[in-house]
Amino acid sequence: MNTYDLVIIGGGPAGLAAAASAKENGIEHILILERDKELGGILNQCIHNGFGLHTFKEELTGPEYASRFIKKVKNLQIPYKLNTMVMDVSPDKTVTAMNRTDGMFQIQAKAIILAMGCRERARGALNIPGYRPAGIFSAGTAQRLVNIEGYMPGKEVVILGSGDIGLIMARRMTLEGAKVKVVAELMPYSGGLKRNIVQCLNDFDIPLKLSHTVVDIEGKKRVEAVTIAEVGPDKKPIPGTEERYTCDTLLLSCGLIPENELSKNAGILLNPVTSGPVVSDNLETNIEGIFACGNVLHVHDVVDYVSEEAASAGKNAASYIKNGKKNSKKTVTIYPTDGVRYTVPSSIHPEEMADSLTVRFRVGDVYKNCTIATYFDNELISKKKRPVMAPGEMEEIRLEKDILNSYPHLSTITIKIEEA
Amino acid sequence: MYDVAIIGAGVIGCAIARELSRYEINACVIEREEDVCCGTSKANSAIIHAGFDATPGTLKAKLNVKGNAMMDDLSRDLDIPFKRNGSLVVCTKEQNPEYLHTLLKKGEENGVPGLEILNKFEAKKLEPNLADDVIAALYAPTGGIVCPFHFTIALAENAFANGISFFLNNKVEKIDKKDSCYEITTDKQTFTAKAVVNAAGVYADTISAMASKENIHITARKGEYLLLDKSAGTHVNHTIFNLPGKMGKGVLVTPTIHGNLLVGPTAVDTEDKDGTNTTEKGLNSLSATAALSVKDLPMHQVITSFAGLRAHEEGGDFILREADDTPLFFEAAGIESPGLSSAPAIGVMMAELIKDRLHLEKKPDFIATRKGILNPTALTLAERNELIRQQPAYGNIVCRCEMITEGEILDAIHRPLGARSLDGVKRRTRAGMGRCQSGFCSPRTMEILARELPLAMTEITKCGPKSEIALGHNKEI
Repeated sequence: MNTYDLVIIGGGPAGLAAAASAKENGIEHILILERDKELGGILNQCIHNGFGLHTFKEELTGPEYASRFIKKVKNLQIPYKLNTMVMDVSPDKTVTAMNRTDGMFQIQAKAIILAMGCRERARGALNIPGYRPAGIFSAGTAQRLVNIEGYMPGKEVVILGSGDIGLIMARRMTLEGAKVKVVAELMPYSGGLKRNIVQCLNDFDIPLKLSHTVVDIEGKKRVEAVTIAEVGPDKKPIPGTEERYTCDTLLLSCGLIPENELSKNAGILLNPVTSGPVVSDNLETNIEGIFACGNVLHVHDVVDYVSEEAASAGKNAASYIKNGKKNSKKTVTIYPTDGVRYTVPSSIHPEEMADSLTVRFRVGDVYKNCTIATYFDNELISKKKRPVMAPGEMEEIRLEKDILNSYPHLSTITIKIEEA
Repeated sequence: MYDVAIIGAGVIGCAIARELSRYEINACVIEREEDVCCGTSKANSAIIHAGFDATPGTLKAKLNVKGNAMMDDLSRDLDIPFKRNGSLVVCTKEQNPEYLHTLLKKGEENGVPGLEILNKFEAKKLEPNLADDVIAALYAPTGGIVCPFHFTIALAENAFANGISFFLNNKVEKIDKKDSCYEITTDKQTFTAKAVVNAAGVYADTISAMASKENIHITARKGEYLLLDKSAGTHVNHTIFNLPGKMGKGVLVTPTIHGNLLVGPTAVDTEDKDGTNTTEKGLNSLSATAALSVKDLPMHQVITSFAGLRAHEEGGDFILREADDTPLFFEAAGIESPGLSSAPAIGVMMAELIKDRLHLEKKPDFIATRKGILNPTALTLAERNELIRQQPAYGNIVCRCEMITEGEILDAIHRPLGARSLDGVKRRTRAGMGRCQSGFCSPRTMEILARELPLAMTEITKCGPKSEIALGHNKEI
């Protein structure tokens, strides 16, 4: 069996940044396993711009953003295998993978970084009634058809869900000559970034109907019409509000799910809110030496944060490989409540934490003129004012090591939304 | 001129075709869809009933029990997955346990082996997730689960290997009785045959009326289902039925042969014989009804829902006979549940009828076995690597949810009666049947179909003509 210090599962933005960081932190034997035919992950089909504003202070397209990290990985001479599917990860960090040339093979790793990304929620999980004809696509599948293969999935389009890919595809399909008739969103707020609502819908006069869902799909062979209806506070359709749209295509952009089948088989504990692994401040899962970053950990809004988080994962994995398990005596739990749905990380080892730690999370509703309050046990430590917070955008706070360690008996950090 | 033309390539048409192919015969199967197994056969409970439910003395009772008993040999010969997982009819405290005894008696009369009434504790021991209100259950060890796609496709492939011709995308529009034959006109061509078998499912009455005045009347009875992720697949191990009760006719909860969990069906008569749409009402009702027999069902793990149409005939029993008024016009109509379970026996019975009337002779070189699509996960690591060395496509995973390789998809396309569409590939290999429901693999499978058939990407369909997936190149529309 081949052995490596570090195996990184996934060669998208998270895997690439994690690999570069681990190498820069002194790890030599790294292998990236990527299932697609090239590095870069989902960025390769995201040909719109707007990537990299935080990291590079300029607007890049997805492939451009990816290429900067691909170059870095190549310059650092980090080996990778393409077209390689990881079939299994065991708790003792044996990775089983397969491709055309090597067949099925196993690698023993000292550490593993999970960077598998996420997948789109499919129609079945949404329980949309109606027929099951051709012409129903998840937004990402349609994006691949248009941007990679060069084919149009349809001419007249209804979109369910206002996730970012759906919004981006509303614009993309319009630019390619299709008519996007409406975007329906179940929630009373959009699931995507504000800038995407403005640039992809408003600028093209595409209506966004909040608190609406699809109640029927017609067409036995190909989609012929879609009926949407308003939903009440219980999210159930209100009879009498139905509107029928003739169309040939229904795109679904109804949420992303971290792809953790491998993690589950390895015995990694998942957070039911994020569907990603439960991690401590060094992004390590409950299994020693297995780290997670990027969308497999929790779904991010912008890729810059994925790269940043992945770089930490790479650094922490490097430290684990060089120094072994940390001997943490103390663990502080982070407790999200009152509008804060979850946090990454969900616990901290104050003695070994980074000097400054970013805690990321999402809120469960739209909040205006509120504050993010941080409590150390019962003591209010900080308040961060936010004019607007929405579920579609990630929030963060910073925790400083020296402050944490000035509270030797600290057991729980509570993060919540409060009125300003 | 064909000796026999079978109309309909569902499990019944294909079972009859395979049994007829044991004889020296020139026969064909005519199907309106682009593939076999596209109607009732593709959307049902995917179970092989033990046979205690049907009224003793009916064809349903007789052929269910006989068909069930044939499944061990047949599944081995045709290389299809089949498992006798056993079934339980559960009775809750609000229901009358007497009904279980009635079922037991019917089952014994029908000749179902091994039936047993279990008390609450025995039932719970077999199936810990039974609802807490369950007080007793009828256990049928011979109940089984099967893949209806593999079953039907295997019958068709084996019939094909034994010389039966298949004409897909041919919708029968007219049947004319000539002096010594029938003339069957489809939207594509005309066939002549000495005998006709009507195995047209929900359309069997329409086909029958083209040739006979026997007045068969089929109602399409819709059944909606929910399919759950494989992570929910071991929630129960047996097929769990509830007793009919105040919530109406019961639904079943069963593992599928591939390891998912299936909940359904509803039962609503529908006018539209192609009306396989699901409804909000139907899907919502399933969780509540299923919860009567099984607790803690992880309904958030639903990965897809679908509806099938049962061909219900007014008389209530299968119609398997030569039409009285139309010699050599054979009916296989009203094949609703337990149709899948009875299919092997229906095939034998119909082939016997036809053989006697056409004086057919046994074929000495009948090929009884068929090899399914190779399943790489059944190989040892060394065998699998040798396979990949010889055929690298087996090293390329296309469907990552079900871990289906390009090698399996190539096999599905290039074998006799091979896949021509995304759904054809899906039914043969399971590519696209997993939790992401083909979001990831469909563009890749389309590319493989386009390369192999060969066709343009814009010609690749989900399920035959008019279900094209890509409608043109960018900027073309």
